[in-house]
Amino acid sequence: MNIQAWLSTIDHKKIGVLYMLTALFFFVVGGLEAMAMRAQLSAPNLKFLSPEVYNQIFTMHGTTMIFLVVMPALVGFGVYLVPLMIGASDMAFPRLNALGYWLTVGGGFLLYVSFLAGGAPDAGWFSYAPLSEKTYSPHAGSDYWALGLLLLSAGSVIAAVNFVVTIASLRAPGMTIRRLPLFVWITLVNSVLILAAMPALNAALVMLLSDRLLSAHFFDPTHGGSPILWQHYFWIFGHPEVYIMVLPAFGMISEIIPVFSRKPIFGYGFVAASTLAIAFLSLGVWVHHMFAVALGRVFISVFAAASMLIAVPTGIKIFNWAATLVGGSIRFTTAMLFAVAFLLEFTFGGLSGLAFAIVPIDWQLTDTYFVVAHLHYVAFGGIAFALFAGAHYWYPKITGRLMSESLGRLTFWMVVIGFNLTFFVQHILGLMGMPRRVYTYPDLPWWGALNVISTFGAVILGLGALVFCCNLITSLVFGTRAGNDPWDAWTLEWAAESPPREDNFDHVPTVRSRRPLWDLKHPEAPDWATPGGG
Amino acid sequence: MFHPQSPEAHAIATLFMYFLVLAAIIFLMVVAIVAFSVVRYRARPGDTDPLPSFGHRRLEITWTVVPLVLVVAIFVFTLRTMAEVDAPLEPDRPPDLVIIGHQWWWEARYPNGATTAREIHIPAGRRLLAQIESADVIHDFWVPQLARKMDAVPGRIGYIWLRSDVPGTFAGACSEFCGKQHAGMRFDVIAEPEAEFAAWVARQAETPAYDPGERLFRERKCAECHAITPGDRRPYIGPPLAHIASRKFLGGNLPNTSGNLTLWITSPQSILPGNRMPDSRLPADELQALTRFLETRR
Repeated sequence: MNIQAWLSTIDHKKIGVLYMLTALFFFVVGGLEAMAMRAQLSAPNLKFLSPEVYNQIFTMHGTTMIFLVVMPALVGFGVYLVPLMIGASDMAFPRLNALGYWLTVGGGFLLYVSFLAGGAPDAGWFSYAPLSEKTYSPHAGSDYWALGLLLLSAGSVIAAVNFVVTIASLRAPGMTIRRLPLFVWITLVNSVLILAAMPALNAALVMLLSDRLLSAHFFDPTHGGSPILWQHYFWIFGHPEVYIMVLPAFGMISEIIPVFSRKPIFGYGFVAASTLAIAFLSLGVWVHHMFAVALGRVFISVFAAASMLIAVPTGIKIFNWAATLVGGSIRFTTAMLFAVAFLLEFTFGGLSGLAFAIVPIDWQLTDTYFVVAHLHYVAFGGIAFALFAGAHYWYPKITGRLMSESLGRLTFWMVVIGFNLTFFVQHILGLMGMPRRVYTYPDLPWWGALNVISTFGAVILGLGALVFCCNLITSLVFGTRAGNDPWDAWTLEWAAESPPREDNFDHVPTVRSRRPLWDLKHPEAPDWATPGGG
Repeated sequence: MFHPQSPEAHAIATLFMYFLVLAAIIFLMVVAIVAFSVVRYRARPGDTDPLPSFGHRRLEITWTVVPLVLVVAIFVFTLRTMAEVDAPLEPDRPPDLVIIGHQWWWEARYPNGATTAREIHIPAGRRLLAQIESADVIHDFWVPQLARKMDAVPGRIGYIWLRSDVPGTFAGACSEFCGKQHAGMRFDVIAEPEAEFAAWVARQAETPAYDPGERLFRERKCAECHAITPGDRRPYIGPPLAHIASRKFLGGNLPNTSGNLTLWITSPQSILPGNRMPDSRLPADELQALTRFLETRR
């Protein structure tokens, strides 16, 4: 393998793979951080980690998983798949594409070099002022945090611009906006959301850096600044960010469930439109992260209503995925197992999220382990399960070989069992009054027992992730050769070779419906000739 | 949250139970559809692809409208409970007590001049208006069995209703990450019968009899960070000690015994690492004298 060719590449497939490998690397790092936390919390009053170290680790775990795992993984899948799915030979701006990736690497480097420069950031992934101000966090960790995130968000904006232009201008003839594969459709909406949300984060980071390095007082109440201002700015970015991370996962699930149910997606138009509704609503719900601040009831109620409304388009998606299963001929590959598990885990996480839109419940449960449980049901049970599904589904396209199904099944059961053991009990801990972000806790009835169950689950989950990594590596050598279209799928990427040649396609099939390869394989009953299918 | 002891906490717990039932029904419905499909529509050898179906408009409208109606109902219940449990943003009377979050301890001030830390006494059965403030970063005052939580934001004031129907001790914790000893910011709310509370709050406002140990307390600079006379409300870094001996616990969850008090004076960093009090080395006789002095501050 030619290292220089990889480092200087502007091929969207190589850049996509680099993104995914970067995400995998940081997934291991963030996972080890999680293990260290679970070790410290496995019994009351443990002294395995000092509060200083614990606070750095939970801050880095959250920041890493969001900005260095989920974001690069999803952008990586997008960069790899979008041109193939629309029948293009590359992204619209290949050099910009490479820049976006290298900014991500730079951001990750800045975040982690802080360990060698006097201590990692330790004010949590949302870094509330004034705790993150110089007065209360004098060491440079928070500066590295803000600078690292600036690079990472610049990388995301670049990727988003590139997606919008690529999807707008490079689609194969016949691929109208209503015939886009749902993954591409959702990536388009998501890119617009990134462009809307990221500026708020960048502004907040610049203000924080001004406070810390130039003695400005944006967030300092003793000089007329406002700590609440930080919260508004951060969550104007932060809540859309949750959807920015979960929408591409929805896109993957919307590709995988139909193929393995052997049926087209149920209600394409509703799945697509509900994405728009989610993106729009997500820009108006940020205050539900701030319900515990004394803000005024009418103001809060508006945001509560908007937050609850998001349940409707999300429900539409879940029902459409479930309806796609009904009447199908379901093939349980590892990818499909993860996709079906996603459906249940994500529904669960979505419902526990509804609790936080119900303001009085939020007034009890926000910033407890109930939140930790909820967000992991969405972030792991939702996003990570979709990524596992996507990895097993597209690995043969990317490498030319199938992943081992037996190792895949082992991964699946270990991850499902480990994940639910780890996080289900945390709901109960939150209800019992355990705050989040504590490095230790008193020996109250059941707290020790529930925490040790959680830690035990985390070990199983960690080992499951290890099996997954082994499968990724060994299948490169021992995997069965996949051929162009191992799943008998319908979108254009499966018409390319596996792995695709440098310019992707020899010849792009004609697109006359949402399932061009179905039409090709079934000239007797093409979708474009079926009512509702074109 | 499982054993609410005030009407406010009770109302929230009831709302949560309604939510739980509704969420369980929805979740089980999705599980049922998925489980049915997984069993019924699993591919069998020789299966050909089923006929494509692209959607069903009436079904789509159903699963848009039904959740919408549910959401409206939930919203109405939310508004009702909010009005029931939440104190006004700008109350028309002075607060019954002021609670101030510090890195990393809670202070409570009463109108008669009494000031205490970590153990907040209230009269059982009476609804108090508590004002929540912060002296430094953002904290959050939370006693799950009694009341909603309220962020303590510097430069901003919040109010909650604080009450317990029955006498008892209710554990509380800081619920917003606030730095190194966030975990150590635990406290108790102690609800007592009205007469006992009145006696307690009156005693906390009185100055205990003079003790010669006080000179040592000042000479060894303890007084720079701790108030030793009731009513001294300058912004100290550490908790007030005027009546330290009447408290059950020292910082965190350390019981207030002679041995622990001595340990706290010399090596607080071994108990709550990172807290603002430095370890110190004192001659044995001075240490003993200081411990004895503090034990007279009841």
